[in-house]
Amino acid sequence: MNRLAVELPGLSLKNPIMPASGCFGFGREYAQFYDLSKLGAIMIKATTKEPRFGNPTPRVAETPSGMLNAIGLQNPGLEKVMKEELPWLAQFDVPIIANVAGSTMEEYVEVAKHISKAPNVHALELNISCPNVKKGGIAFGTVPEIAAELTKLVKEVSEVPVYVKLSPNVTNIVEMAKAIEAAGADGLTMINTLLGMRIDVKTAKPILANRTGGLSGPAIKPIAIRMIYEVSQAISIPIIGMGGIQSAEDVIEFFYAGASAVAIGTANFIDPFVCPNIIDKLPALLDELGIDHISECMGRSWKKGERSVYCGA
Amino acid sequence: MMKQEQMTVVRHKPIAKNIYELTLSGHLVEEMNAPGQFVHVKVTSQAAPLLRRPLSLCRIDQNARECTLIYRKEGIGTTLLSEKRPGETIDVLGPLGNGFPLDAVEKGQRALLVGGGIGVPPLYELAKQLVKKGVIVTSVLGFQTKEVVFYEREFAEFGETYIATVDGSHGTKGFVTDVIHERAISFDVLYACGPKPMLKALEQMFPDKEVYLSLEERMGCGIGACFACVCRVPGSETAYKKVCSDGPVFKAGEVVL
Repeated sequence: MNRLAVELPGLSLKNPIMPASGCFGFGREYAQFYDLSKLGAIMIKATTKEPRFGNPTPRVAETPSGMLNAIGLQNPGLEKVMKEELPWLAQFDVPIIANVAGSTMEEYVEVAKHISKAPNVHALELNISCPNVKKGGIAFGTVPEIAAELTKLVKEVSEVPVYVKLSPNVTNIVEMAKAIEAAGADGLTMINTLLGMRIDVKTAKPILANRTGGLSGPAIKPIAIRMIYEVSQAISIPIIGMGGIQSAEDVIEFFYAGASAVAIGTANFIDPFVCPNIIDKLPALLDELGIDHISECMGRSWKKGERSVYCGA
Repeated sequence: MMKQEQMTVVRHKPIAKNIYELTLSGHLVEEMNAPGQFVHVKVTSQAAPLLRRPLSLCRIDQNARECTLIYRKEGIGTTLLSEKRPGETIDVLGPLGNGFPLDAVEKGQRALLVGGGIGVPPLYELAKQLVKKGVIVTSVLGFQTKEVVFYEREFAEFGETYIATVDGSHGTKGFVTDVIHERAISFDVLYACGPKPMLKALEQMFPDKEVYLSLEERMGCGIGACFACVCRVPGSETAYKKVCSDGPVFKAGEVVL
């Protein structure tokens, strides 16, 4: 028995560990360190219709136990991702989750329609929560009606299941999750970065050229856990959790909160081997906890009788 | 090939005000070959400070399997690093990036090396390798003030070496460009590392010469995955180069400074 195998809409994962979008490029750099086939899945960098340069530098700033970024969805554009990046990734035995971004609803739909046809793309992640772009991104992720409408439009054209990435920069994340579930999303991924800012003490100028950026890393883990805990008990579709995961213990904590799989972001920058290391350490941790299969961890911390546990297949 | 290793501190000492010289030993040195490459150092296994620090390679000693880094103690990360004692280990990822092209200059030709502040260290290994090749090396090193001047004697071993300080407390008062102008230094190839305004000034000063510039930028991953350290390519709205993996050394004009 593979104790780490997880079934999610569109995704038969050999383990529930995947690098998070925007933190792994298109995999080429990390392929120099280990065989990407070891991963449960890969969430590739956000793809927009046209190539996008992103924001001016500096684009990153350190914070206590975290980092701020304002990359601005830089990517080579749909055509190049379809022609070069996805075929290159096909050499690995790993499903791809394509992160879809845009400035208009039409652009999201266009990207989703095409990229969902790629043979190794098994699911889409709808990026309605990037805090670093002026048009699109978070604008679609903070108003439930707009997020729901976009989800519906993308679902209509996508050939694979659609996961929607929730922004934590909202007043009521449960309301947002419910609206997106009602619109037909197959799953949620959460959380994206929290909007933050740092100012240089010597110059009084914001450190990031974009002034504000998205906060990630261990600093945001408690917020992610709380939001996944609340949302997972209010909806019936699965959640891929993320936000500051650095260890096998963190993965179990996300499952307890209600995640069915997890993605690892910032930690890749600090330790390029973090994903395979966590995959290797999980079985021993399950032994220690007296748990046979990782899916049994899902929702263990919920209030009793809230709802039946989603354990995948 | 880049690797990750717990390297051991061999020697560690301050060599100027807040400037430290750190010598590490480990197998990773076997992978280091190009002057101008850098390593990504994690100063603590704790979550704070979280990110690695990019530090350039100053000396590579394959025989002793040692490498030397010179850094400025400035924030939390470098302060923690400055407290490491011989025998302790440090998590190092590297070597990263592409170094200075040695084949840009022939035996008997002249190379001008220009460093500014904490951009000086990578030029040391470059000077060493160029001299070994038979290239005539002239170095111009710029600092803020006398207190932070380092490696003047070490560079002098490889050829003529001039110092500029902004406040005039040592060497020529002013910038490296003042020294080059004043001394009318001639050269075949120029290699430089330092603050962006200095690199810009050199690029403008020698539009017809072969000039290589090493850039610095805030980095996330250091290996090309996070897109934090990109710079623009002239004449394009979308083309880019990554400082960490395409650089940090670029030919003048290759990227927009």
